[in-house]
Amino acid sequence: MEQMKRRKFLGISAAGMAAVAGSSVLMPAIANAANVAGWPAAAFDAKALDAAMKDSIDTTSVKVSTKVHLTAPTIAENGAAVPVTVDVDHPMTADDYIETVYLYVDHNPTPLASAFHFTANSGQAYFQERIKMAKTDMVRAVAKTNKGVLMASKPQEVKVTIGGCGG
Amino acid sequence: MNLTRRDFMAMMGIAGATGFLSPSAIASSWGSGKDPYEIDDYGNVTLLHLTDSHAQLLPVWWREPGTNIGTRKQKEWGVTPHLVGDHKLEYYGIKAGTPEGYALSCMDFDTLAHKYGKIGGYAHIATLVKRYREQVGKKAILLDGGDAWQGSATSLWTKAEDMVGAQNLLKEDYFVGHWEFTYGADRVEYLLKHKLKAKFLSQNVFTIPWDELVFDPYDIREINGRKVAIIGQSFPFTPIANPAYFVPKWAFGIHPGHMQKMVDECREKHHADIVVVLSHNGADVDKKMASQVKGIDIILGGHTHEIMGPRPVKINNTLVINTSTNGKFLARFDLDVGKGKLKGWRFHYLPIISNMIPEDKEMVDYITKVRAPYAKKLAEPLAVTESLLYRRDNFNGTFDQILCDALREEMDCEAAFSPGFRWGYCKLPGETITMEDVMGQTAITYPQVTVTEYTGAELKNVMEQVADNLFNPNPYYIQGGDMIRVGNIQYTMDPGETIDKRITDLRIGGKMVQANKRYKVAGWGAMQRVEGTPVWDIFAKWLRSKKTVSAKTRDLPVLTKNMAGNPGIAYPKDYDL
Repeated sequence: MEQMKRRKFLGISAAGMAAVAGSSVLMPAIANAANVAGWPAAAFDAKALDAAMKDSIDTTSVKVSTKVHLTAPTIAENGAAVPVTVDVDHPMTADDYIETVYLYVDHNPTPLASAFHFTANSGQAYFQERIKMAKTDMVRAVAKTNKGVLMASKPQEVKVTIGGCGG
Repeated sequence: MNLTRRDFMAMMGIAGATGFLSPSAIASSWGSGKDPYEIDDYGNVTLLHLTDSHAQLLPVWWREPGTNIGTRKQKEWGVTPHLVGDHKLEYYGIKAGTPEGYALSCMDFDTLAHKYGKIGGYAHIATLVKRYREQVGKKAILLDGGDAWQGSATSLWTKAEDMVGAQNLLKEDYFVGHWEFTYGADRVEYLLKHKLKAKFLSQNVFTIPWDELVFDPYDIREINGRKVAIIGQSFPFTPIANPAYFVPKWAFGIHPGHMQKMVDECREKHHADIVVVLSHNGADVDKKMASQVKGIDIILGGHTHEIMGPRPVKINNTLVINTSTNGKFLARFDLDVGKGKLKGWRFHYLPIISNMIPEDKEMVDYITKVRAPYAKKLAEPLAVTESLLYRRDNFNGTFDQILCDALREEMDCEAAFSPGFRWGYCKLPGETITMEDVMGQTAITYPQVTVTEYTGAELKNVMEQVADNLFNPNPYYIQGGDMIRVGNIQYTMDPGETIDKRITDLRIGGKMVQANKRYKVAGWGAMQRVEGTPVWDIFAKWLRSKKTVSAKTRDLPVLTKNMAGNPGIAYPKDYDL
């Protein structure tokens, strides 16, 4: 038991709310911190995908790039904690790096699920988090470089089902 | 049919003219009076695969489904394994009425059953396994694809220990899981650590939330100077298809990306010469995984209880099989493994027809001993069946029909649901249904019967959700069960539609279902913890009171006309086609 606890603790400190690899400066956007300076309240409060995208990245259409890898289960084992991983294949140098990665769930009550900020020192634009999904829906990630270039992942459907009846 | 033919020709190419048993060669060896289990030795590695025995220590009757639909949207129309009856025989070039024809098709099942006898049985399997081990020596590996621990009374009552004993006697080498997990994580870990001698492998089971592997993902075995990598894949939908509370700290999933990583690791780090995946994905998921992951030579598949044998399916450079259920088949791959690649192979898909294989004495003694404490309880006669009882089919099997009848009458409900499980063996007309047979349809660790008041909308949603597990065009949504079984519910079904649109004209007792009206529905196998009487007690009570039973009609849907001519339907008239 002692060991388990220790591992759990280490896991928490290493991973934060979302297991993030190699990021020295990281500001996970926490949804209830509405009064924090610079908090993009409008983006997180938007009730529809278009509005959430408009408020966060100022556009509703972003070209899909094979560089943005979104991994999510095809079927959620637990809709209350769906594991999602985003990994952006892009340089992380002082003059060209991924600054922010946005994650949207099309029909969640507030479609912008998270926004993770990176710097060149992060080394890699990568994170894993667990999101809540009310029903079968599309999940999509949009990465923004420091120069403002936007690229989207291929959207992925995650099914939230009643279960049962397996062979 | 063009594709099928090309597929076949491609296979001839890879196996080489001598390396491939042509369908006619198979048929002739079964009819010639020669020992059909005699196999010429070939190559330097032999894989023996069995899967999904569902804890049937003794031989049983097993009828192939009469309905196993693949749709055009799924690109599975007329594609193996979505072939039944004569379509299946034609595809594999096997004659009806032969022992192999009996094993592969549902046609004339009663008649052929009387002629050829029961299938499977661990004592018969053991004889064949021992024989091949003696023949090929240490180059043989025996792989069990899971679902060995559930499906019988004795497995439930011994919490799978009876099956572990049988697996150890067979000297199984590798194992993966699905229903095994319904005994709970602690029991699984205990049996794997302290009892089972086979090595349990899974590249797709992780701890929550830290994503650490729970089991070894693969093993490398050196045989005749070649390195054979075996990667395990447990059932990806375990906490969705079965109650998640049994494994609250484990996450599953298909994880093709991680599978690729494991394959690369086996090849690059361990210099594996071939990579074999022991899979409980189900046939449709295996086929898609084979198309996505590079470097797998062979997928030994299970879960969906398909006949995907006599010849393997080839997807890119991967050979995919599925080895049926209930001990009906033993698959044997003889491989010529070269440095870093598979040079040649021969494949044998061997029906375990119990009358044709003597029992292994050691296994018989073990089975007798392990069953002895329960023998009396198992043998209790409950009722005689006048008609053939079976479960496996896309829609209501006859055994489920009488189970739904029992649930409705005993629970005083207007309708009933029963899960679309694919295990559960048959009873022939005139046979006595015993307590053992009831358990053979119901032995699960969450057997409570519930009465639920569904609104019409909820009822339809349940049915739509389950239908989407069968007919979703993306194979990664195919969980591997059949359609939910219904009692006194009538509907029209279009398998080619999308979720929420497949079911129309939904009725209970002939009356249109109203979205807001509530209906009392009996069921079992709930996903949440519930209180209730075990389903076997209710079924047994009903059978005792009836004395004789029969399932002449089934609550089948009407299928839409676009399903006409589907080679996954053996009896189209049953569906008004």
